[in-house]
Amino acid sequence: MASKKDLSTATEGEPVKRRDLLKTAWAVLGGLAAIELGGISLAYMQPRLAEGEFGGLISAGNVDDFPPGSVTHIPSARCYLSRLPDGGFLAIYQRCTHLGCSVPWDQTAQQFVCPCHSSSFDTQGDVLNPPAPRPLDIFPVVIEEGVVKIDTGSPVARQAIDPGQVVYS
Amino acid sequence: MQENQSDNQQENMWGRMRQALGPTELPTDDRGRMRMVVDNLVLHLHPAKVPERTLRWTYTWGLGGLSAMLLMVLVSTGVFLQMNYTPSPAQAYQDILNLRMDTWFGDLLRNVHHWSANLLVLVAVLHLLRVFYTGGHRGPRAVNWIVGIIMLLLVLGSNFTGYLLPWDQLAYWAVTVGTSILSYIPLLGEPLSRLLLGGPEVGAATLLNFYALHISFIPISMVMLMSLHFWKVRKDGGLTIPKRAKETEEPKMERVTTIPHLVRKELVFAVAWLAIILIWSMLVPAPLEGIANPEVSPNPAKAPWYFMGLQEMLLHFHPLVGAVLIPGIVLVGLFAMPFYDVGGASVGVYFRSQRGRAMAALAVSAAVLIMPAWILLDEFVLNWSAWLPSWPALISNGLVPLAFLMLGFFMLDEVVLRRFKASLEERVLFLFTFLLVAFVILTLTGIFFRGEGMQLMWPWLVGAAH
Repeated sequence: MASKKDLSTATEGEPVKRRDLLKTAWAVLGGLAAIELGGISLAYMQPRLAEGEFGGLISAGNVDDFPPGSVTHIPSARCYLSRLPDGGFLAIYQRCTHLGCSVPWDQTAQQFVCPCHSSSFDTQGDVLNPPAPRPLDIFPVVIEEGVVKIDTGSPVARQAIDPGQVVYS
Repeated sequence: MQENQSDNQQENMWGRMRQALGPTELPTDDRGRMRMVVDNLVLHLHPAKVPERTLRWTYTWGLGGLSAMLLMVLVSTGVFLQMNYTPSPAQAYQDILNLRMDTWFGDLLRNVHHWSANLLVLVAVLHLLRVFYTGGHRGPRAVNWIVGIIMLLLVLGSNFTGYLLPWDQLAYWAVTVGTSILSYIPLLGEPLSRLLLGGPEVGAATLLNFYALHISFIPISMVMLMSLHFWKVRKDGGLTIPKRAKETEEPKMERVTTIPHLVRKELVFAVAWLAIILIWSMLVPAPLEGIANPEVSPNPAKAPWYFMGLQEMLLHFHPLVGAVLIPGIVLVGLFAMPFYDVGGASVGVYFRSQRGRAMAALAVSAAVLIMPAWILLDEFVLNWSAWLPSWPALISNGLVPLAFLMLGFFMLDEVVLRRFKASLEERVLFLFTFLLVAFVILTLTGIFFRGEGMQLMWPWLVGAAH
């Protein structure tokens, strides 16, 4: 006890005490180790992407299979292919932007109506009735040699309807 | 040393084995009884003597002990359930069917696990209420209050992760709705939800993640925190001592030995509750719907019952307000309770005092009058997003109604403060009780008064649409 006290008083006044330097070094090392461990854990827990699952480029069919003004369910792409009256295509992700329920198309009402909290959306996916906070997400559509293909890898969140996102053949 | 020698002088091996297990005769005097409590690993969680008054049924209702017992029931039934379960979408649902049809007592085991888990949510909340209303969260007990809330959150987490495992429609959509709420947390929400789900939607990775959390991380944390909770109860001087509202001086501390007074009550209580759970589980099967179908959301799609209050809020507010902001404020308020609910030395009295009792009654009446009226008004009259069409939904359907809500609370508080000259303690009690009853009403509305398309309807019509 006495020797400890002597040590600390003996070094007083010097710019950095050896004891403090070592303490700081330990703290920094400990902190780095914690950050490293946290990073490794987070990296380890990242989503595992399995091959052949929903998430790739999916062919929906020929352009002529979809008459203007129709909405067709594409189960393998988890989306609805909406062909607007002017002939443009939108691939609308069926996952409700409110709480993730699958939104079915109501043919008679010409609306998407969510069963969970009764949000409804028009043929472009725009919100007709809240609580959904934004339009339904869409998938990029490419039309190659008359075939409509849907890229399900990257859903696009829309804050509002943008006519530039409609794809024409 | 001499004693050991005499121990080993038992005439045969069986006698020595029996002796190694512990005392062969029950003690006959208080000294011996106290000794026995101290010497036994399980019993020594208790002190050797306890204040006679804390043994009253009508003070603690045995809620803490019941929670601990339910946890033991859940762990032991859970281990058996694991032996007949594979956490993969291809196998999980079939495993549950096999458990129900082709496994001896499999259905009973599942029912006991299911109903105990649901009962635990209820009992843990009631335990929290008992502690709050008798002032058991104050002073040094603040730490145990916080530990208790963390355990309550773990209980909810355990329930929620377990909810997915049967992989039926109920499970799939309740978890979809529940995890989507997460993604509304600004910045952190989306990555957090992806991490938990292991992808963009509930799928195989989600099932495996939830299974791992449900069978290892959460139960281990629970057992560790429960040990801390018990230890802190002893450290803080045991339970708060009940006294009558009119008693001003500290009650006399008449202590009785733990054996038999406390232990006998605990055993009777535990056996009675085990009987109730068993009989209930034999009569009422745990729900199981058709196999999970990601294409078809059921109508209505409801979260587990303990989250229905939250889901009801989502019908009235933008999700960032209804599912993140308001619950977040309430949770922080709960955690910080011991540090602002101060003043008034009324520990051990239900509702703190006669006036406190009146305040609580006032809060209950106010909530019962205001909440249904507000739900109806918001359902049929208020339409913020239509009235403020050019504003983002977060403001028109979230912050604007929240502002009115806060104003309402402020006015209620003013009334209590000015008209009734309430102390700080009584104001906290009033607001807490109001929020509690409001949450109960929201939960009941969500469970019983929401039918197809989450429309408001009478309870007897809710099931009729199916």
